[in-house]
Amino acid sequence: MSQAPPEDVAVRVAGLCKTFRIPHEQTHTLKERALHPLRRASYDELHALRDASIDIRQGEFFGVVGRNGSGKSTLMKCIAGIYAADRGEMWVRGRLATFIELGVGFNPNLTARDNVRVNGIMLGLTPKQASARYDEIVEFAELTDFVDLKLKNYSSGMHVRLAFSVMTHVDADVLLIDEVLAVGDAAFQGKCHDALTAMSRQGKTIVLVSHDMSAVQRFCTRGMLVERGEVVAVADSSEVARRYHEVNYDHAETVASQAAAGAGGTGAVHILDTWLEGPTGERAETLRHGEFCVLRLRVEFRADVSEPVFGFVLTNWRQETVFAGTSGWDGGRAGRHATGDVLDVGFRFQNVLASGRYFVSPEVGRADRFGQALDYREAAATFLVEGAREGAGTVDLPLELSLSPVDGSVSSS
Amino acid sequence: MNVVPFHARRVQGPVAIGDDPRRFAQLVLTLAVTNWKLRFFGSALGYLWSLLRPLLLFGILYLVFSHVVRIGVEVEKYPVQLLLGIILYTYFSDVTGDAVESLVDSESLVRKVSFPRLVIPLSVALTATFTLLLNLVTVAAFLAIAGVEPRWEWLALPLPIALLAVLATGVGALVAALFVPFRDVRPIWDVVLQGLFYATPIFYPIEAVADRSETVAHVLMANPLAQVVQAARHLVLGDGAMSPAEASGGAQWLAVPALLLVGLALLGLAVFRRMAPRIAEEL
Repeated sequence: MSQAPPEDVAVRVAGLCKTFRIPHEQTHTLKERALHPLRRASYDELHALRDASIDIRQGEFFGVVGRNGSGKSTLMKCIAGIYAADRGEMWVRGRLATFIELGVGFNPNLTARDNVRVNGIMLGLTPKQASARYDEIVEFAELTDFVDLKLKNYSSGMHVRLAFSVMTHVDADVLLIDEVLAVGDAAFQGKCHDALTAMSRQGKTIVLVSHDMSAVQRFCTRGMLVERGEVVAVADSSEVARRYHEVNYDHAETVASQAAAGAGGTGAVHILDTWLEGPTGERAETLRHGEFCVLRLRVEFRADVSEPVFGFVLTNWRQETVFAGTSGWDGGRAGRHATGDVLDVGFRFQNVLASGRYFVSPEVGRADRFGQALDYREAAATFLVEGAREGAGTVDLPLELSLSPVDGSVSSS
Repeated sequence: MNVVPFHARRVQGPVAIGDDPRRFAQLVLTLAVTNWKLRFFGSALGYLWSLLRPLLLFGILYLVFSHVVRIGVEVEKYPVQLLLGIILYTYFSDVTGDAVESLVDSESLVRKVSFPRLVIPLSVALTATFTLLLNLVTVAAFLAIAGVEPRWEWLALPLPIALLAVLATGVGALVAALFVPFRDVRPIWDVVLQGLFYATPIFYPIEAVADRSETVAHVLMANPLAQVVQAARHLVLGDGAMSPAEASGGAQWLAVPALLLVGLALLGLAVFRRMAPRIAEEL
């Protein structure tokens, strides 16, 4: 298959393999080589990519997701021509620009003017174009007053703005963007996303590597999931985001079991199990949005405890705390429990969570001595929420729309 | 959707030179100018240092060899010969010495942008060439002060300088590529440069060697760097300095340094091309 791909394919990757050799003992000097000529053969092979294939069509906004170390960046670097492929072939239609990092080659001792020039030329502009676009670039970055300042005197925000501005002014037909947008404040990220959407509307092909599933769902039309160097799924972006959460679920289970082994607490109470139940009362690992669900803990008392407090912390895949609940809120009395008692505790709630992966960390404490944990299990259970409307937030609240005209403000017609 | 018929290009992976000579030249020039700006950043005398460095070395060597050791007194226009030698050697040592770590120093570029890899050592060579050109202005001023008559042969000076540039760049590419897997190229190369300084007729004229032993002089002239220095001296001073052919023991012996020069330059290019695809991942 060494023929050019059809015209509507902007990027073709076919059967790409990339293996890194990681020497057991780094032999960096001639003397070591000379003294141990055979040791050279000893290395680990890291299969960063195994037989990866993908066709990305022209004008697509394509998301690439996967866990750290799954091979996403290696894939980007191979397409960009920074790494040599071991096997397979790649085709790119039109001019390609790669953004593995914002502001590549920026030098703190040069002025913004010089840096914009060098960066622009490195990214594919001719010197003439770089000079011609200079004013526009500085204006877009809102840095017109600071152009003759050395870059080291810039704040990090100004630095990032300048770098991003150069990136949007390098007119490539295909853009490979590797998580560079994770930097900067919210306003900057908003601006980045607007700029990317605008470029996409102009018909440019954008390949975005991201950990931010909400961004992938919002911007990308299609995407792929990379796992251990293999392309596991190519689908529309919400499906890819769902698969990403699924893959992280396997991972989360391991994390949960490891965490449980190292749980904290005095040992007076043992949390035996933590699980979720769907509306029918069955154990569930996937909860539909909007339904009533129950979080349940099974605890065993290893000592006599009076008035324990049961609580839990709910975190999402970004490790943000979404909610923390406790049995102490409603003044609920938990009573006295003797050694050997086993108790099931339930928290019923309506599922208003956004789609995605969640983790539950349960805790049992004592009411009389606030803060002392009798038992605590980090991420003891995990579940997936499906069916929420697409949005960037952590919850999907039930909304009711109302439109009521204000007297006198509406014309009589 | 409106599909624009862009040209499809097969991704080749990292290369040494690439297939776009225009872009290659633009990148080399841009990086060379940037290096140049950064080189003297923060020093009070700025560009003057690039002139002062060889001049100070000249002052020391001149004092030692015309007043203490007294090799210089028996040679015509010793100061001019000495200065020419120092400036040409400094160029070779700047290009190759700076090239050694150039790829590692440019790690952020090499690992994050795709461009022909040879751009990096070439831009270092070009920066050193800017310095050389400035230094040649000093030599010209020096010639005027020393009362050397201008000669038509001076117009041929770019030839040995171009040959020196080819040699230095080729060797620079070689050491730059080798430094990536073998970090001890740095100290090795420093010693080689030191050795070359003594093995090349810089502070001593080749005539002084030939007077004592013609054979040693012929052997020394097998070094392409010695040929370039001697050629420059002969072009500048005419009969005041031996011609390279005479110093080598006959024009036929010029083939040895010529082959060495071409061979080293090609070897540097070949090794660099071979290493180019893996430089980014081995840094």
